[in-house]
Amino acid sequence: MQTSPSRDLAVGLFVLIGLAALAYLTLQVGGLSTTGGLVLHANFTQIGGLAERAPVVISGVKVGRVEKIELSDDLDARVTLEVDDHLKLPVDTSASIRTAGLLGNQFIELEPGAEDALLTSGGEIALTESALSIEKLVGSLVHDAGLSGDEEATQ
Amino acid sequence: MLQSAIERLGAAATNLVFELGRMASFLAVLVLQLLKPPFRFRRLVRETYDSGVLSLALVCASGLTVGLVLGLQLHSVLVRFGAEESLGAAIGLTLIRELGPVLTGLLVTGRAGSAMATEIAVMTATEQIDGMRTMAIDPMHFVVGPKALAITLAMPLLSSLFIVFSIIGAYLVAVQLLGLDAGVYFSSMNDAVEFRTDIVGSLLKALVFGALIALVATFRGYHSGRSAEAVGRATTSTVVTASVCILLADYVVTSLWEF
Repeated sequence: MQTSPSRDLAVGLFVLIGLAALAYLTLQVGGLSTTGGLVLHANFTQIGGLAERAPVVISGVKVGRVEKIELSDDLDARVTLEVDDHLKLPVDTSASIRTAGLLGNQFIELEPGAEDALLTSGGEIALTESALSIEKLVGSLVHDAGLSGDEEATQ
Repeated sequence: MLQSAIERLGAAATNLVFELGRMASFLAVLVLQLLKPPFRFRRLVRETYDSGVLSLALVCASGLTVGLVLGLQLHSVLVRFGAEESLGAAIGLTLIRELGPVLTGLLVTGRAGSAMATEIAVMTATEQIDGMRTMAIDPMHFVVGPKALAITLAMPLLSSLFIVFSIIGAYLVAVQLLGLDAGVYFSSMNDAVEFRTDIVGSLLKALVFGALIALVATFRGYHSGRSAEAVGRATTSTVVTASVCILLADYVVTSLWEF
């Protein structure tokens, strides 16, 4: 079969553009990071609506994501986080579940502590603050309002 | 009356099973021939030109317009809930998971699959396939194999291009026209799209659809009759069968991969 340089060039370019599009999707849109992160565990008594892949932030800057949520042996929610591995987090770092806005998605906020020893991969975050349940909050508000209403009625 | 209706149903069912069996044995031969040396690289490049490069303009232009429309439509829905910040996520997920592979599959069926079926059907009708056999060249190895492989491998690339052009199209509408912040658009997309489930799934779908188009187009062409009418029928049935197969396979792959 005769070879045709211009056709070869077109096919080569086609493959290159295709692979470039794929690379763009993978790295930019998919957010695949090439470096393995620092894996941390934290137990919460209530995680509310926290979902896997939720962001992990420090001072509002995204540094990682929630990898896994499971039930621990003592029936707490055990959350596995993966954060940037060049972060220097003291062992007394605390983790809290926060909500973006009133009804927004939930995320984990890390607050670095003051100890000199650093958390290593597979480490445990001991200080945790559970999710604020809007339902419970509204429930107790209605309950209180109801009680005070009754008191007014009996007076 | 009733008996003849049942007979017709039975004949149709037998015919369907017969066709499926022929297709399966065709696929087995095709795979064996693809694995058998020599590997016809120059033929593969030529066929990639026909099914990949020549579909490029169509796929990019369609991707761009789909992105433009999707941006406009989703924005008008999301703005009712004050959730237009999620536009990037909605665009990214719909395109990568569903619309990209499926629409590219349908476009490639119409553009390259039909051409491939016609070419092979004409070769069958004009006895070129028989001629090759006479010269001890296996047409499955020389003609069908490279064509099928080219369209299968071109599909993931074309689908990725379609998605990127749609994302650009939606960006033009959402950011340039409707005034959404570019950072919000891209960061919400970035947060929502995940590598393993979404992007690998999208590529897998494109690959499966490519293989389906390749199988249907080469099978219909190879087993077409020897008249001009039969060539036309091979082309039409390729487009119809491949399109339906893509839509059915989409459900199957989605349910197996994501759930």
